[in-house]
This record gives sequence, C-alpha cells and structure tokens, in this order.
Amino acid sequence: MGKVAVIQYPGSNCDLDALEILRDVVKAKTDLVWHKDLTHDDYDAYVLPGGFSYGDYLRAGAIAATSPSLRIVKEATEGGKPVLGICNGFQILVEAGLLPGAVLRNSSLRFVCTWTRLRVETTRTPFTKRANAGQVLEIPIAHNEGRYYLDKEQVPELERNQQIVFRYVNEKKEATEDANPNGSIDNIAGVCNQKGNVMGLMPHPERASIPVLSLDSQTDGRVIFDSMMRTLHGPGA
Amino acid sequence: MTPGSYVVEVIVENKPLARDPEGETIHQNLILKGGYNQVTGVRAGKLLRMKVEANSPEDARAIVRKLSDDLRIYNPSAHTIQVRVVG
Repeated sequence: MGKVAVIQYPGSNCDLDALEILRDVVKAKTDLVWHKDLTHDDYDAYVLPGGFSYGDYLRAGAIAATSPSLRIVKEATEGGKPVLGICNGFQILVEAGLLPGAVLRNSSLRFVCTWTRLRVETTRTPFTKRANAGQVLEIPIAHNEGRYYLDKEQVPELERNQQIVFRYVNEKKEATEDANPNGSIDNIAGVCNQKGNVMGLMPHPERASIPVLSLDSQTDGRVIFDSMMRTLHGPGA
Repeated sequence: MTPGSYVVEVIVENKPLARDPEGETIHQNLILKGGYNQVTGVRAGKLLRMKVEANSPEDARAIVRKLSDDLRIYNPSAHTIQVRVVG
C-alpha cells in the first residue's frame, strides 16, 4: 500500500487541503509530516504543499530548500519516487535544484488569484498519466511569485526532454499572452525533471478536486492525484 | 593581510534578459513621470550587507562569494550577483 507524505514547512497553508484530497477523496494513506521530522525516506511519494515558507525571505522557497527534509526528498527522487510541488512547494523544488529554472515575481507586480486553463503537455509523469495530452484543466492560481523563468534558449531543450508539463492557455487551447497570468516564459505553468518523477506547478489542483470548491462543480485537479494513485497502486487504483 | 571585520555587500539582480517589472515600474511611473528623462533605465535588485571576520578584504570577499554559491543566495537560472567589500 503506497503511503504519501505531505511535508509541512513553517508557513505552509495549503497542507491540510492537500491532505484532505489525498486522504478523503483519492483515498491515499497520507501523513502530514513536519519538515524537521522527515528524517528517513519512509514514504512512497511526497507532496510539498502551497503557502509560504520562512516568510519567503530572500526568495520564495529559498530557505526551505535548505531544510534537511530536502535531502530525504532528493534521495526519494533518485529512487524514482513521485514528488509533487504545488505553488510554494514548486518554488522549493526549484530552489533546491530538483527542478530547472527559477520562479520570479509576477510581471504585473500583483498577487494574482484567479482560475486558469492548463493544457496538459505530457502524460509521461506520475501526475498526468491519467490525463490526455492536449486536455485542458481548469485549476486556480494564487501567488505573487509565479513567473517561471529560464533562459530563452533553454526552453527548446526542456520541450525536447518533455519537461514542460502544463501551459496556461485560452478557451481555444492556445498559449497566448492574454492567457498568461504571471508572465511565465512560454506560458509554462508546470515542469518536471528529466526522469519525469518530480513535478512542480504554480496552480493549485487541490483547490479543484471537490465540486463545492469549483465555479461549475468540476474537479479537474483530481486527475493529478488520481494519476499519482495509479502510479502507487497500478492500473486498478 | 589585515585581519579584522569587513563589510561585504552582495547585490542580486535579474539577468539582463530576465524582465524586471519592478525596475520598469519605478522608471516609468516615478522617474520619467517626475521629469527625469535623463534616466534611461532602472533595474531593481536586492542588497545584502554582511559583516565578516576575515584575514583580509580579499578573504572576506571570497568567503561571501563562496557562501553565495553554496547556499544559493541567488538563483543562477535567473540572477546575477556582484560581491564587493565596502568597509
């Protein structure tokens, strides 16, 4: 039975949301683990939740990235276990060097809290295998530092390696400037490592996984957690 | 070699090709609006000023340069840094 850890950092505030979806909706055995208590790679998957960490001083996620828990997470990723970073969790994984690039302040200089459309660019990750390539998911964002950045010449390499997992798109599934809520390069909303087992995204799938939280009762975010369950338990999950 | 306490500054800036909306806003909405048309660009960054015990100014600078790399005071994907001894 696969067991999941939601790692809690000082300032995490979407940890309980992630826990609820994992435990009560997709029925994963899940523990909420304080980052300092994560001393061994005892779990089968890890979720770094959204919120803040250490006041997000220096840069969002930069201080949490030095938490000893990241050593455990790194060990887990090397063993091929699935690791998901949502929002601040994404920023932490980027700052820890487990995902490429950087996440900078929104180009609008404003905190942006809105629903976005995400196009699934690859289904090879443990978090998208139950989605369809090209499928559009409606999932909200809420962040001040969400502008994904890396040098322009590195984008084609990321594309070639199938490391771009989600792009912000409009209702016609086009990655336009208008559909880009934070100025991310090439409308990138989520990326994975080369192996594909570590994924981070700025949008919050845990806020779009039960009908009562969504504008039109959809649960598009669930596919990310359902995919993780299938990875942990096989096709029957 | 002058052992003592040195003041070392680290300036973190976005790489030239990474947009800096804060600098752009300060430039357009404050400086140009205020009539200072001689200013043709602004980049905003972050300054960390550290007090360092070291054997020389060069040592102090080297310590701060090393810690900036080791502890990722900047993210090399998006930022550049300058390290300078100011006192």
